Amino acid sequence: MSLSQFLSQIFATLAALLIAPLLLGWVNQVRAWLANRSGPGIFMPYRLLHKLFNKESVVADTASPLFRFVPYLIFGCLLLASAIIPTLSTDLPLARAADAIALVGLFALARVFIALAAMDIGTAFGTLGARREMLIGFLAEPALLTVLFSSSLIANSTALKTIVQTVSQREFTIYPSLVFAAMAFVLIFLAENARVPVDNPATHLELTMIHEALILEYSGRHLAILEWAAALKLFAYSTIGIALFLPWGITDGRSPVQMLIALAFLIFKLAILGGVLALVETFSAKLRIFRVPEFLATAFLLGVIGMLTNILLGT
Amino acid sequence: MSSISIQLINLFAAFLLLLAFAMLVQRRIINLVHMYALQGLTVVAATSVVAYVTNQEHLYYTAAITLVLKVFFIPWILHRLIKRLNVRWEIETLINIPSTMLVGIVVVVFAFNLALPVSKLSSSVSPGTLGIALACFLLSFMMMITRSKAIPQVISFLSMENALVFAATSATYGMPMVVELGIALDVLVGVFILGLFMFQISEQFESLDISHLESLKEE
Amino acid sequence: MLSGPPINWVLLVIGAWLAIGFLGIVALRIFGIVAKIFFPLGGLAGFVLAIISAKALTSGVVESRVLPIGLPQLQFHLRMDQLSSFFLLILGVTTVGISLFSAGYFRKGAGTAPGLLCLEFHFFLASMALVLIADDAYSFMLAWESMALSSYFLVTANHRIPKIRAAGFLYLCIAHIGAIAILLSFGILQANTGDYTFANMRLQEISPFWASAAFLFAIFGFGAKAGILPLHIWLPEAHPAAPSPVSALMSGVMIKMAVYGFLRVAFDLLHIQIWWWGVLLLALGIATALFGVIFATVQTDMKRLLAYSSIENIGLLFAAMGLALLFRSYGMNELSALALTASLYHVGAHALFKSLLFLTTGSVLHATGERNLGKLGGLIRFMPWVTGLALIGILASSGLPPFSGFVSEWLLLQSFLFTPGLPQSFLNMLVPVAAASIALVAALAGYAMVKFFGVVFLGQPREEKLREAHDAGTLEKLGMLWLALATVVLGLAPNFLLRFIDPVTQILVGKGLASSSRANGWWLITPTSLERASYSPIYFLLGVALASALVFVVVRIFYHGRLRRSPAWSGGHAWQNARMQDTAEGYGQPIRQIFESFFDLERHLPRPEESEPEYRVVVNDKFWKGLYLPIARITEFISAQVGRLQQGRISIYLLYSFLTLLVTLLMVPGVRR
Repeated sequence: MSLSQFLSQIFATLAALLIAPLLLGWVNQVRAWLANRSGPGIFMPYRLLHKLFNKESVVADTASPLFRFVPYLIFGCLLLASAIIPTLSTDLPLARAADAIALVGLFALARVFIALAAMDIGTAFGTLGARREMLIGFLAEPALLTVLFSSSLIANSTALKTIVQTVSQREFTIYPSLVFAAMAFVLIFLAENARVPVDNPATHLELTMIHEALILEYSGRHLAILEWAAALKLFAYSTIGIALFLPWGITDGRSPVQMLIALAFLIFKLAILGGVLALVETFSAKLRIFRVPEFLATAFLLGVIGMLTNILLGT
Repeated sequence: MSSISIQLINLFAAFLLLLAFAMLVQRRIINLVHMYALQGLTVVAATSVVAYVTNQEHLYYTAAITLVLKVFFIPWILHRLIKRLNVRWEIETLINIPSTMLVGIVVVVFAFNLALPVSKLSSSVSPGTLGIALACFLLSFMMMITRSKAIPQVISFLSMENALVFAATSATYGMPMVVELGIALDVLVGVFILGLFMFQISEQFESLDISHLESLKEE
Repeated sequence: MLSGPPINWVLLVIGAWLAIGFLGIVALRIFGIVAKIFFPLGGLAGFVLAIISAKALTSGVVESRVLPIGLPQLQFHLRMDQLSSFFLLILGVTTVGISLFSAGYFRKGAGTAPGLLCLEFHFFLASMALVLIADDAYSFMLAWESMALSSYFLVTANHRIPKIRAAGFLYLCIAHIGAIAILLSFGILQANTGDYTFANMRLQEISPFWASAAFLFAIFGFGAKAGILPLHIWLPEAHPAAPSPVSALMSGVMIKMAVYGFLRVAFDLLHIQIWWWGVLLLALGIATALFGVIFATVQTDMKRLLAYSSIENIGLLFAAMGLALLFRSYGMNELSALALTASLYHVGAHALFKSLLFLTTGSVLHATGERNLGKLGGLIRFMPWVTGLALIGILASSGLPPFSGFVSEWLLLQSFLFTPGLPQSFLNMLVPVAAASIALVAALAGYAMVKFFGVVFLGQPREEKLREAHDAGTLEKLGMLWLALATVVLGLAPNFLLRFIDPVTQILVGKGLASSSRANGWWLITPTSLERASYSPIYFLLGVALASALVFVVVRIFYHGRLRRSPAWSGGHAWQNARMQDTAEGYGQPIRQIFESFFDLERHLPRPEESEPEYRVVVNDKFWKGLYLPIARITEFISAQVGRLQQGRISIYLLYSFLTLLVTLLMVPGVRR
């Protein structure tokens, strides 16, 4: 690993770390605008994180060490995920450590641990949240895999780097299978990031919440880390979407100029994506929890059809 | 023939299949009508591309007829029907949706495999689309089976016809103009008859649930 | 050290196990000696076996022996090739952990005498080793049957409980039906030459029809042992009934013997492979895996949950072997090697983590006396060691990186993604569907494992007596630690095991993965090339650990580490108790609802006027009612008809003998003429 490679990796990771809360703030801001409110501004997540970090952590007296260890682990998982997805450059030394399948494994690892932590205290809400989270996970995970497979079949590789290079740097081709994959991905994206049709990030109503139920017992810095991790997850999923379906602008090199241009592209694309997400959220109503498996099964099966179409129509 | 147009046709084919699946799992009648219109629009686009690529003028007419009839007129009629009959609410399918989708995938695999040897023989613009058209056709048929209300059944019947038109244009450069006109007319008349029929049912049974028709059978 | 031909050493280990077993009989009731000396000695023999087979694998020596025991003209032909060595390695490594654990596990007084258990246990081990080196049908069947019998006696160690006797009977019954199928398969394979050695079978070129028949018998016979649908029915009964170390041995190792036997027949003895064999196996495997994992998620008994999870893993193994067969039949040997590697890797991974998990249930059972998930909970506070080790087990079992289960899953999915090169378009389309199902199975496995771990070890104790639970003893801990360590090594250094798998795939399909996989360094596995796919568990772990540590330190530096303990908040609800946590049933409820058609549900809902409302739901296997009960009924009917012949008068019986004699005489060729 050369120094410039190392530096570009650090740069990409730092960019992910810093942009993630902004993306969340941007989505919330657009949602506020769409609801005719003035909104808290896109820096709100930062202020929130700062506030939470300053507060002391209140931990239930029945909590085991696992409970306190999990936020850091989850943050680590999601930071690694954002580091191996080609956000700015495909030339990432860490990307070799994990391909698309391992990336899904990384999300799964984070999910299993947050579910375990939620069950640790032994309250009714925690276990309920854990069950719901695993329910979403067991459908969303294979669905995400099928989406990634659709792209893998095109690129003949599961390495994210090769996938991005295939789609963005050869001559322009329309891949019909990606229509299905993209559709499935949108559904997974909404479910995995606890967005509206599946979960409502703004609600604390016991009957409907999923993500909030999981982290109900966390406070102070632990909560801050988990919130940041959630923002990172949103960022990671957005960049997966960009890498698979809109990879133009991701650079191949690692010089500072190339990286900065790529960063500009990324921010532009994220801004649009965040706006669309807010629009989708504003227009849809929350599903009943029993409809969620249906929603995700649809995503899963769309992914499968994507792979089938890929084989039928070729490229 | 440029490769980009082939890709475009493939893309529209994929859209059609996506829409067929979306219709299969859609519960709201009003959304079904929207999707039907969208399907019509996709067929129009695909037909226009084929027309452009193969330089066949009559395909443009086909596209135009499809546009007027299936994107505007029939959806409009359906909208009015829905309003008059007041059936905007969600409808439950007979089989639950994930199972429907699973069967749907089996159908797609079946259709793709059935079409592959045929499309290898064909010299058309984009041979793979025949499989997709067949899959759309079968999926629409399936949709008709899984619905218990009359309007979704009519819509699935109409979308079956869409799939046929798509198969005809993309796989064999379209049918002769006379046949096309005949089909278009048939569809139109079909919609009118079915609409009248639905009024009759709803007056007779105060519901559009076709399970009421079961009472008509001989005891 | 340990020089000389490996096969001699293997025979020595088998001899040692038998000797330990018989010594157990001698010291029938002297608990201290049996537990603290004999079992660790058996473990030591396992360790020797592991080292020997590892050496044999790397040196590539293939040796045969003919032992002059058995019937005249039917000596024991023994042979130790790479395939045998690999499975011997797995057997050895797993045995070390389980034997150490058993030394601390078996207690005085319960059920069978310790000496007898010792005999059965070591006889079981010896017969498994013998299965692996048998080189003719006769010795193979002998070893196979003694394996079934010794494990039957181990399953029924607590034979005073009727349910356990019933489970044992079911197990024995299906094991025997399977054995008959295996015998028939061998019968076809020897192609009327009358020579039942494997060497002879390899030479025979039988027609595709008979080859398919042999193959189908092999699937049936070995599938019955492995728990392939619909022959899985004994597994969730027998595995939980056995004492935990035995469950570990059965789930971890014994069902792998079926995999071994199947590989032996399908890839080694049969000279051709036909594509639909692969498709059949793939379909069976996926159906089994899905079935197993869905049932695992709704179980309420922790050992049954693990037993169903074993069914799932066996399904994955068979799916991978099916894919390997499919590739092999089209002569795509590299890809076949990849799928086969995935399958063999999973053999190793599953043997270790499933044994580990069964052992942890043993410790929990000892500490609490409970196996019902509804009465457990919160053990992380009282049994930190067992909890930690179980955590490693469930992470590996869920197929999460960087643990061992993920590596095999990863390899399997990789081999699926290579498929579009198959000559038949129909197969090309089935394969993505199969890959998606595998992904679904893996994700559901995570669900089941979170349930297992969360309900048993996390939360609040659901019963008061759990607060007196104690951690496992030293020997038990050591045994589990060994298995956990091996699991972690398999997860972090996949190339380490790939080195041992390579010779096996070399002899079975002529290609191996080790060289291309290690081309970019030992820390990185790349099945083909770096552009295509790579995975590095070490980097992975370091990345996560570094990022986590960094956050921890940074937060401490810039902010603070203040912490306050208080009662759980739980949304502000003041009154909480342990019964308000999700039960095992509750946790499985979404799956029960989504996959309702898979289950045969018995639901009892309370009516509003009941003064003591009772809610109960029992999930049954549909196969039981749909397949086994009808078969049992038909069998009973036929036996009843046959029973009429039994009149109780001696002259009637003599009449039967007389008639039989007449018919036999008629059949003698000379008489009729």
